[in-house]
Amino acid sequence: MIGYLIRRILYAVPILIGVNLLTFVLFFVVNTPDNMARMHLGMKRVNQEAIDKWKAEHGYDRPLLFNPAAEGSGKFTKTIFFDKSVKLFVFDFGPADDGREIGVDIQQRMWPSLAIAIPALVVGLLINITAAMLVAFFRATYIDFWGVILAVAMMSISSLFYIIGGQFVFSKMLRLVPISGYGDGLSALKFVILPVLIGLVAGIGGGLRWYRTIFLEEIGKEYVRTARAKGLSELRVLFGHVLRNALIPILTGVVVVIPLLFLGSLLTESFFGIPGLGSYTIDAINSQDFAIVRAMVFLGSVLYIIGLILTDISYTLVDPRVRLS
Amino acid sequence: MNLLFTNKLVAALLLLSLAGCAGPPLNNPYPRREEGKNILYSFFEQRPKHLDPAQSYSSNEVTFTGQIYEPPFQYHFLKRPYTLIPLTAVEMPTPIYLNAKGERLKETDPAEQVAFSLYEIKIQPGIRYQPHPAFAQDAQGRYRYHALGPKELDQISALGDFKQTGSRELTAEDYVYQIKRLAHPKTQSPIYGFMSDYIVGLKELAAALQQAQQKIEPGAFLDLREYPLSGVEIVDRYTYRIKIAGKYPQFIYWLAMPFFAPIPHEADRFYSQPGLIEKNITLDWYPVGTGPYMLAINNPNRQMVLERNPNFHGERYPSEGEPGDQQAGLLADAGRPLPFIDKVIFSLEKEGVPIWNKFLQGYYDSAGIASDNFDQAVRIGGQGNADLTEEMKEKGIRLVTSVETSTFYLGFNMLDPVVGGASESARKLRQAIGIAVDEEESIAIFRNGRGIAMQSPIPPGIFGYTEGEAGINRYVYDWVNGRPQRKPIEAARRLLAEAGYPNGRDAKTGQPLVLNFDTTGTGPEAKSSFDWMRKQFEKLNIQLVIRNTDYNRFQDKMLKGTGQIFQWGWNADYPDPENFLFLLYGPNVKAGKNGENATNYKNPAFDRLFEKMKNMENTPERKAIIDQMLEIVRHDAPWASGFHPKQFSLFHAWYQKAKPNLMANNTLKYAKIDPALRARLRQAWNKPVWWPVAILLAVLVVGTLPAVATYRRKERGTPPRRSP
Repeated sequence: MIGYLIRRILYAVPILIGVNLLTFVLFFVVNTPDNMARMHLGMKRVNQEAIDKWKAEHGYDRPLLFNPAAEGSGKFTKTIFFDKSVKLFVFDFGPADDGREIGVDIQQRMWPSLAIAIPALVVGLLINITAAMLVAFFRATYIDFWGVILAVAMMSISSLFYIIGGQFVFSKMLRLVPISGYGDGLSALKFVILPVLIGLVAGIGGGLRWYRTIFLEEIGKEYVRTARAKGLSELRVLFGHVLRNALIPILTGVVVVIPLLFLGSLLTESFFGIPGLGSYTIDAINSQDFAIVRAMVFLGSVLYIIGLILTDISYTLVDPRVRLS
Repeated sequence: MNLLFTNKLVAALLLLSLAGCAGPPLNNPYPRREEGKNILYSFFEQRPKHLDPAQSYSSNEVTFTGQIYEPPFQYHFLKRPYTLIPLTAVEMPTPIYLNAKGERLKETDPAEQVAFSLYEIKIQPGIRYQPHPAFAQDAQGRYRYHALGPKELDQISALGDFKQTGSRELTAEDYVYQIKRLAHPKTQSPIYGFMSDYIVGLKELAAALQQAQQKIEPGAFLDLREYPLSGVEIVDRYTYRIKIAGKYPQFIYWLAMPFFAPIPHEADRFYSQPGLIEKNITLDWYPVGTGPYMLAINNPNRQMVLERNPNFHGERYPSEGEPGDQQAGLLADAGRPLPFIDKVIFSLEKEGVPIWNKFLQGYYDSAGIASDNFDQAVRIGGQGNADLTEEMKEKGIRLVTSVETSTFYLGFNMLDPVVGGASESARKLRQAIGIAVDEEESIAIFRNGRGIAMQSPIPPGIFGYTEGEAGINRYVYDWVNGRPQRKPIEAARRLLAEAGYPNGRDAKTGQPLVLNFDTTGTGPEAKSSFDWMRKQFEKLNIQLVIRNTDYNRFQDKMLKGTGQIFQWGWNADYPDPENFLFLLYGPNVKAGKNGENATNYKNPAFDRLFEKMKNMENTPERKAIIDQMLEIVRHDAPWASGFHPKQFSLFHAWYQKAKPNLMANNTLKYAKIDPALRARLRQAWNKPVWWPVAILLAVLVVGTLPAVATYRRKERGTPPRRSP
């Protein structure tokens, strides 16, 4: 397994270089260093001298990918791409174009994102699996029929509707929780209840449909019939046998997203005033802050690769027949 | 039994509901310890990028820096027209004019003879900086935190982690230090390029600092006191002198902006330590000033908190204002010490929905009005007058409106072969479009009536603006029944025909006239405005092509002068007509020169008058020249139409001293609230309602009962198993 992991990590290096190159090209196709300077300096009374000064100070006064004026390897290393990319591989994100250290901002902002994402994932998983089990148990009855209809209806509604509707009902009409904001430590609790609740409700439709399909497929297998023939209760059959055997497809969907929970949710965090990482990248794109964009895309790629590796490892834990080699 | 359980649950929730009504509001986003305190609650929608006074230029940044940093001058809070008064200065300076030989000139001498202007500024003694670790000293008088080691840095994550603070008296040297910072290559001040044309020696200092920085280690401190700036001189401990090239009377307004606030060299040295920069502890994020407030919490991702500066030198509420201020209660606190508020908490809010609801719940003390909430808040009467709705009045909310010192316009690129140039044909085409584009309708549809149609580039409240019939643009409006009325569309069609495009077709070729509107709008609202704009041109049978691009491409077009028709705007830097008329000054063109004249308009007569007007005091002679300039612009019509936005602000009953001052950025010190009234009203408005939750839970419980019964039945019996 160690060999497999090392191989996977080595595979990740060219993937990350590729992602970084693609981000770089896409960003600079749309924004020139002059545009970036204008955006950061403001639009009033900015002359070319100020723009040139900004570019020199932020390292955007070099060629993008190839420096014909440089000697030897300098043709590639004395470029914006090399200068801005190489440190990422040791997770030194450096300062944003507005001067703030990106690493410090990420460390500060990931906790509020996690405060919403972890309860939403864990509780959501429990609710969705339980609800799907229930529907699977009552398959071909009115509970199954109406449960599926309700699930389809719920997954058809935009998450924005849940957010605005939830704020309207629970914060404005019933006045039970603050409509937005965040607090330190335990005081954060009253602010995360509503976004988590909305996250759960918004996720039930899709979750129920997905897990129900998995469980129904498992229920049709021979071992389930054998378990029932042994006289086991339906609950025991479902939670003791079906759930265990359905774990591989469940893990495929869940473990891979765990590392990405750090990155938060754009809509939820914006509407609830949660100071997480959800809007960090979007804000950076809007303000043409390439330093943050490349850092966040790189981090997202790394976390996704970690998620995939963790998923592979988790297969070996839930199914002893799976071996990584 | 299940029914009994449900009943018990409902009863318990109803009891909980009653208990909730008596307790504090559950939706209060603030800690209970803040209840009844003299704290102002506000919000910010975009995180500030810079709090360094040399860099900060955006309105969302000066909201903070304006309360912390003190330039030598400020705008009078109540007087109109806007008037500059001393802040830290002893008095307003009278500029001394010198010729090229350095000989003193009379004020009445022609501006062309003025080679230099000298401003000597004397500041008040005894003003002290806020407590700050940069000033902390040990027993030997050495700065305690100017050379932090790794061990000390490990224990620091925010400025508040420094145990010791200090302060010192403000001196003239601090003002000079900040002016030098404008030229520092690392500071990247947005006004450096502009100011280097005026402040003598600033360019040379920038070159010297650039060289010096290349010689030192990256990140090492550059003490600006060691680098002379020929145009700025320290006369004594409390006096400094600024020498600018030529005559630029508007320079005094710049001295009321945070760009010219003092920075102590100790702070610059303290914040230049790489260990602190890595923790985001920089001068750009932790200001150090002498103003009424200091930044106590700086988390631009969540909350910014200003607290009263214990070392504030003291200032009194003004005892005079403009007519009507006395009746409005704005002079009730005359002579009382400022600031009134102990603490101001700004929370980051990115969406309009929570802002509006929190304001209605009493958790924000004031708010603007978004388009979505306009009808809920404001009713526009038959005469176009705005009034609050009953819902707002019942809450005791007040509406305060004011016309902003801004101008937004539909401009023509004067370099364009069709709509540009000084030819009679192009001028008549522009005038025709000016009549056809119904700005009043646009304001009513897209801004809920919050704006007034432009008659000239100068907005109300600025010298040169003329009220009434004498102030209308006669090429676009007629004066009918005591108000301006847009000329009928037939007048525009006539002009179009005279321009060579009868009925919207080229008289020579017979081809339809096709014009291009360059813009950057996105979203459904932008699409509606594009459709509306097309319809305006269709009135003249002109086909309008919407060339919608991203912001960068649009900027490139403007810089290259390849756009045709576009929308642009300008917010005043200072309350002087020069700050608006320079938008049409020939040498200030956008194409090729990156100036602020976005239409690339050039008219030698206008330019001559501008050069004369810009150096004059606000006298009747100046007004006469401005009138001549406005006549030229209206005739040439480089701007088709435009508007000056109207600001609508809502204030709760407990918010006092709400008078908009659109030029001053340090007005928080005048704000006053009644925390007891706020606490009472918040309590009354935010009683929790539990019964719907009880019903929901009961429905859920009742809804699961058949499922439980079915399960039990299935488990008890031995029904044949079904195949899935």
